[in-house]
Amino acid sequence: MDLTQRYIRNESMLSAEENSRLRSFKVVIVGCGGLGGHIIEQLARIGIGHLTMIDGDVFEPSNLNRQLLSHPGNLGKPKALEAEMRVRLINPDVKTDARHVFLTDENAESLLGGHHIICDALDNISSRKIVQKAAAKLNIPMVFAAIAGWYAQVGTIMPGANLLDKIYPEGVEKGAETQLGNPSFTPALAASLQVAETIKVLLNKEGVLKNSLLMVNTLDHEYQVIDF
Amino acid sequence: MDIKVRLFATLRENRGKEVNLEMKETALPRDIIEKLDISEPEVAILLVNGRDGKLDQELSDGDVVSIFPPVGGG
Repeated sequence: MDLTQRYIRNESMLSAEENSRLRSFKVVIVGCGGLGGHIIEQLARIGIGHLTMIDGDVFEPSNLNRQLLSHPGNLGKPKALEAEMRVRLINPDVKTDARHVFLTDENAESLLGGHHIICDALDNISSRKIVQKAAAKLNIPMVFAAIAGWYAQVGTIMPGANLLDKIYPEGVEKGAETQLGNPSFTPALAASLQVAETIKVLLNKEGVLKNSLLMVNTLDHEYQVIDF
Repeated sequence: MDIKVRLFATLRENRGKEVNLEMKETALPRDIIEKLDISEPEVAILLVNGRDGKLDQELSDGDVVSIFPPVGGG
């Protein structure tokens, strides 16, 4: 089948030049679960040239309520490898690199180096801080999101900005998600906002949440941006 | 002095969205969270009049203090 029209619906929103530039970017997604599944799906469909997908975990039944890439047939399978298969299925133009490892202080720089931007799709605070530290050292922007129940936070951390140190108290490992859980719609919403941020940063567009935090409350429809 | 406290997410449970407190002139945000029975690790983001604030900063009559718990899921 002729797929030359694959990107036709992107072309009114982004210029032809911007669209073709997307093919030259390398994006790394750390975490292929609730946030990561949606980020990977959207970045593959918009036509980012290269996606590196990192996750040391395997799918389990409690992921099925929200993690886009999980289904009863792939429980027990590595999330990163399943993510890569999904990208190849929906857009074979995208080059992929799947890493079935957990990101640590030791491997962070070698895993994240060489990318234009990092999408943080992790589920714990200490690993996010490892990404922030490595991103600062590598001089790579990082698009951050976190969710809990009806609530989400999204922001873009320019290298060296240390936003996470300002929004997470020292020593706190988990947040309100331990009480509120992780539904299907908040990760999808936060991931979509992360993808919008990612595209804007890559294409040098205005309106990026640079060192700011968008706070989303879908229960009461309260949305606010806080500058740090 | 009168301080308006805005609470978010889990901090609203049993406290409501907004609390008006009458505090001593020397009161700090730290005294406010103690009065509301909120522990320090529950305070991820603290804003005073919409700007990044600290638990030990001075307050003035009419200030609005907003408190958000940590959110870390993915």
